[in-house]
Amino acid sequence: MATQNTKTLARLMMAPSVLLLLVWMIVPLAMTLWFSFQNYNLLDPSSDGFAGFFNYEFFYTDPAFFQSIWNTLVIVGGVLLITVVGGIAIGLLLDQPIFGQGIVRILVISPFFVMPPVAALIWKNLIMHPGYGVFADIANLLGLQPVDWFAQYPLFSIVIIVAWQWLPFATLILLTALQSLDSEQKEAAEMDGANFFNRFIYLVLPHLARSITVVILIQTIFLLGVYAEILVTTNGGPGYASTNIAFLIYRTALLGYDVGGASAGGIIAVILANIVAIFLMRAVGKNLDR
Amino acid sequence: MGSITLRHVSKTFGEAKVIPDINLEINDGEFVVFVGPSGCGKSTLLRLIAGLEDVSGGQILINGKEVTAAAPAARGLAMVFQSYALYPHMTVRNNIGFPLKMAKMDKAAIDKKVEAAANVLNLTDYLERRPSQLSGGQRQRVAIGRAIVREPSAFLFDEPLSNLDAALRGTMRLEISDLHNQLKTTMVYVTHDQIEAMTMADKIVVLNRGNIEQVGSPLELYKSPRNLFVAGFIGSPRMNFIEGAYAQSRNAKTVGVRPEHLILSKESGLWTGTVTVAEHLGADTFLHANVDGFGPITARVDGEFGVKHGDRVYMTPDESKLHRFDDKGLALGNAVVAA
Repeated sequence: MATQNTKTLARLMMAPSVLLLLVWMIVPLAMTLWFSFQNYNLLDPSSDGFAGFFNYEFFYTDPAFFQSIWNTLVIVGGVLLITVVGGIAIGLLLDQPIFGQGIVRILVISPFFVMPPVAALIWKNLIMHPGYGVFADIANLLGLQPVDWFAQYPLFSIVIIVAWQWLPFATLILLTALQSLDSEQKEAAEMDGANFFNRFIYLVLPHLARSITVVILIQTIFLLGVYAEILVTTNGGPGYASTNIAFLIYRTALLGYDVGGASAGGIIAVILANIVAIFLMRAVGKNLDR
Repeated sequence: MGSITLRHVSKTFGEAKVIPDINLEINDGEFVVFVGPSGCGKSTLLRLIAGLEDVSGGQILINGKEVTAAAPAARGLAMVFQSYALYPHMTVRNNIGFPLKMAKMDKAAIDKKVEAAANVLNLTDYLERRPSQLSGGQRQRVAIGRAIVREPSAFLFDEPLSNLDAALRGTMRLEISDLHNQLKTTMVYVTHDQIEAMTMADKIVVLNRGNIEQVGSPLELYKSPRNLFVAGFIGSPRMNFIEGAYAQSRNAKTVGVRPEHLILSKESGLWTGTVTVAEHLGADTFLHANVDGFGPITARVDGEFGVKHGDRVYMTPDESKLHRFDDKGLALGNAVVAA
C-alpha cells in the first residue's frame, strides 16, 4: 500500500515537468506540421489556405534534396568516425602519466568552449584560407600548391571543423571511461600474455563500448543539425556541395521566404532523424543495457 | 618445476625505500606465505616476482634462470589478484581460456583444458555465465582457474581471500590447500592474516618494513620467534610482553608469554589481577586482566573457567615456554636461568 502511495505521489510530482516538456515539444512540432500543409510564402501573401502535399512535393523535388540528405549523413558519419577514433587515441595518450597533465587536459578540452560560428571563422580565415592560412603556409614551405579548402573540398572541410569541435567531448567521455578501467584487470591481462594490441582489443575496447555508444548517440543528435559552421564558411556551396538538410531548410525559409516549404522540410528532417535513431539504437543501443 | 630465488632485491618508489635488501629461496613445490602488517612491502615483493614492478636492484631467478628484466608473461607465473581481476564482458569459459587464447592455442585444445580446470574447481555449471552473475567464492575460483590452465611454474596469490566473508574464507582456505596438494606446484601467497599464514604455509616469511624478520615453518615461528616483532605477530591472541623486575629476574629485557601458556587459578598463583573483559568463545575463553604490577595481560583458559568482569584471578606462567628478549628485541633462547 505504501509503495502504491509513493508511486502515485511520485507520478503527481513529476507531472508538471513532464507536461512542460511535452508542451515544449508538441507545440512547435504541431505548428510545423500545420504550416507544412499550408500555402505560406512571405513573398506571396495572397495565396494561402490548405496546400495538401504540395509543400512536400516542392521540397522533395528541390534539386538539392537528395544531395543534402547525403551530405547530412556524410557529416554525421565523418565526424563520428574522426571523433570516436581520435577520442580513443587522445584518451589513451592522456591516460598516461605526463608532466603538466592537468594543463594538457584543459587545453584538449578547450575547443568545446568555443562557439561554433567563431570556431568556423577561425578555421576559415586563419587555418584553411588559401592565401594566409596556416595550411597554405605549410604547403608553401613544402613547395606545394596551397589547397583552397572550401572550394575544392567543401564538405570535407566542414567535417574537419565540426570534428575539431566535438573531439574534446568524445575525448573527455572516453578518457573518464579509460580511467575507470580496473588496473588489476590490465595487469591480469599482462600476466596472461596479452600484448598492448590484444589488451586493447579484448579488454579496453569492450570496457569502452558503453561510453562509445553514449558519444555516438549524443553527437548524432547535434550533428544532424549542423548549421552555423556551414553558414559562415561555404554558405552551402559551391552549388549544393556542402548543403545539408538543416541548411536547405534555412535556405527555403529565410532566403526563399517559403515558410510552408521549409516546414515540410522540417518534418522530413524529423522523419529522417527518427530513421537514423532507429538504426543507431539497433546497432549500438544494446551496449547501454549492460 | 618452480623454484624462485631472490638475490639482494631492492625496490624504491621515488624517495621511499620500500624494500631495502631481500634474499630469499623458494623451493619447488613449496607453499610460501608472505605475511606482515599493512605497508610492510609484501605485495610489492610479490609484484616484483610477477614482473608487474621493476626491481631497483638485485636479481630474480626462476628455475635458476635470470628473469629480472623479463616481461610478466615470459616468467611462466600465474597470479590471482585481490579483486580477482576477471574480465567482466567475457563468460567464465572465455575468462579461463584467455591466457591460452593469447598463447595462440587452437580452440579444441582450449575447450578441453578449460573444461578440465572447471571440473577441478566445480565451475562446470557456470561456464557460460559472466563474472557479474557469480558469487564471491565462485569468482575467486574462476580467477584460480584462469591461473591453473596456464600450467605455471608457480602461482602467486595477492591477498585472495580478503574480499570474502569469514565462513567462505575458511572454505576457500581449505580449497587452496587442497589444490596445492593436488597440483604440487609452488605457491607464493601474500596475506596480512596470520591465521591464513599459519594454516596454509609450508614456509612463512614474516616481513616488516620491507625486511625479512624471520623465515620458517609455522610451528618454528610459533615456538621460537627470532625477535619481538615475530613473537607479537604470530599467534592469536597476541603474546604478552612483560618488562621490569620480572624480566630482569629472568636475565632479559623483555619476557614474552603466550596467553595459552598461563596457568590460571581462582585461589593462588604468581601474579594476581582483575578481569576486565572475558571473551567467551565456547571451548575457550580469552581473559583480559589487569595484573597488579605490570598492567594488561591476556590469558587463554578453558571455557569452563567461569569468571566475569571484576573477578580476581591468579596466574602463573609456564616457565618452560617463556620467551626472553634482549634490549635489541632479539630472542635469547628458551632456557630459563633463574636468578
